[in-house]
Amino acid sequence: MQIKYVAGILNAEILAFEQGLEHDVVTAFGSDLMSDVLAYVEEDTLLITGLINQQVIRTAEMLDLKAILFVRGKIPCNEVIQLAEEKQIILMMTKESLFTASGILFQHGLRGIKI
Amino acid sequence: MNTYEKDQKNVALKLHYDIANDDFSRAGEASSKIKKMLKQLAIDANIVRRVAIATYEAEINLVIHSNGGNIEVFIKSDCIEIYVEDCGPGIENIDLAMTKGFSTATNVAREMGFGAGMGLPNMEKMSDAFIIESELGAGTNIKMIVRYET
Repeated sequence: MQIKYVAGILNAEILAFEQGLEHDVVTAFGSDLMSDVLAYVEEDTLLITGLINQQVIRTAEMLDLKAILFVRGKIPCNEVIQLAEEKQIILMMTKESLFTASGILFQHGLRGIKI
Repeated sequence: MNTYEKDQKNVALKLHYDIANDDFSRAGEASSKIKKMLKQLAIDANIVRRVAIATYEAEINLVIHSNGGNIEVFIKSDCIEIYVEDCGPGIENIDLAMTKGFSTATNVAREMGFGAGMGLPNMEKMSDAFIIESELGAGTNIKMIVRYET
């Protein structure tokens, strides 16, 4: 699913690296536990989280993730947005909850990763 | 290979990073540099990813749990070796620490998204060989090997 499409159906605001919106994600993973993200997630996965600190960007960087969707209307500080720009990681924000955002994406055909 | 020992033979390139404890704002910087260097050396993306995850988990562990430590990466012709050393406080029960879900992380660490008890098991999962030794009051040493061909 194209990241631009993800942003569209969730009315998401683009916070960083807008140039990457044409990229695709194959699966999605929702969690606020970065240790679990590191244990299970592979590249081409959309990370959906309510955590907005620097370690979220670092986690995505280590896993070569292209995009992070922040839920519950959370916006990270400028330093975090800057780091994402530098690492070419798309940041988006939706006002929906983790559950609702995941449900909408699932309904449109995006699936989770295999654990 | 069952005991922790640095194998200094045939090291093409050696990287060394000191990691301070409790410095969450900088946690991940060393792993980011290691990853960048491996990419520049045109090492296979999957290998780079495994090393990046292993070093990042190690770095986070040093920040959360240790009194400070360091990470060394030996790049060799057939593998990458990662050495993680700290100066305490040591792990009381390694079997317990290696159990998925077990964690002694502080609330600060949990607020940063860590402390799920996946760090050490994940480091082992990323490595072809994994050795951990620890002594209470002295420190913890970890050796990980990621081979190019498995």
